[in-house]
Amino acid sequence: MATPLESILRQAFPDARELEVVDRTGGGDHFHVTVVSPQFEGLPLVDQHRLVYDALAAPLRDGTIHELRITTRGEG
Amino acid sequence: MTELKDRIKETIEREPVVAFIKGTHEQAYCGNSDRALQALRAVGASFAAVDVLPDPQIRQELSALSNWPTIPQVFVGGELVGGADIVQELAASGELEATLDQKLGPEWRGGREERTIALADRENPFRLVS
Repeated sequence: MATPLESILRQAFPDARELEVVDRTGGGDHFHVTVVSPQFEGLPLVDQHRLVYDALAAPLRDGTIHELRITTRGEG
Repeated sequence: MTELKDRIKETIEREPVVAFIKGTHEQAYCGNSDRALQALRAVGASFAAVDVLPDPQIRQELSALSNWPTIPQVFVGGELVGGADIVQELAASGELEATLDQKLGPEWRGGREERTIALADRENPFRLVS
């Protein structure tokens, strides 16, 4: 079953070719998310990551995500 | 008295490479801040660090300015390059050196100077703290 973060990302990046959420420490608040989506095509990394931050704004704000690592690519 | 926001802006514009981190260049208090500094060291870049911990307002104003929610934040030539993940990725791929060349010209090479500057000291906002 998809985790809440996966569902949020799936909704934000419906065309994602790869989408992964890893709980880095097992504590449920340090995550590494990987998103490969055509939406990122041609965008600088800083803007790609901004899109991920925007999508996860609520869990970042309410503390669900204490630490977030991001990997993004325009093509898989 | 200069507003904090203006001092942050001025620092970003004045410093060729500046990293807003938790801690100092000698002691980063967060793994991500440390990763960002290690990436800059890996390419041999000189940099200034700004510790955001002394005043929560620094982080707030910085994020409003940069439209980037987390710390660290690395700026080159007045522009946000990214956080720890991006800077590390760019250093590994060789693109960080290309970015430094492009924004700063060849002069950035060869220095390897590191320092931490304080923003919170109102009397002397750019005092060297170490």
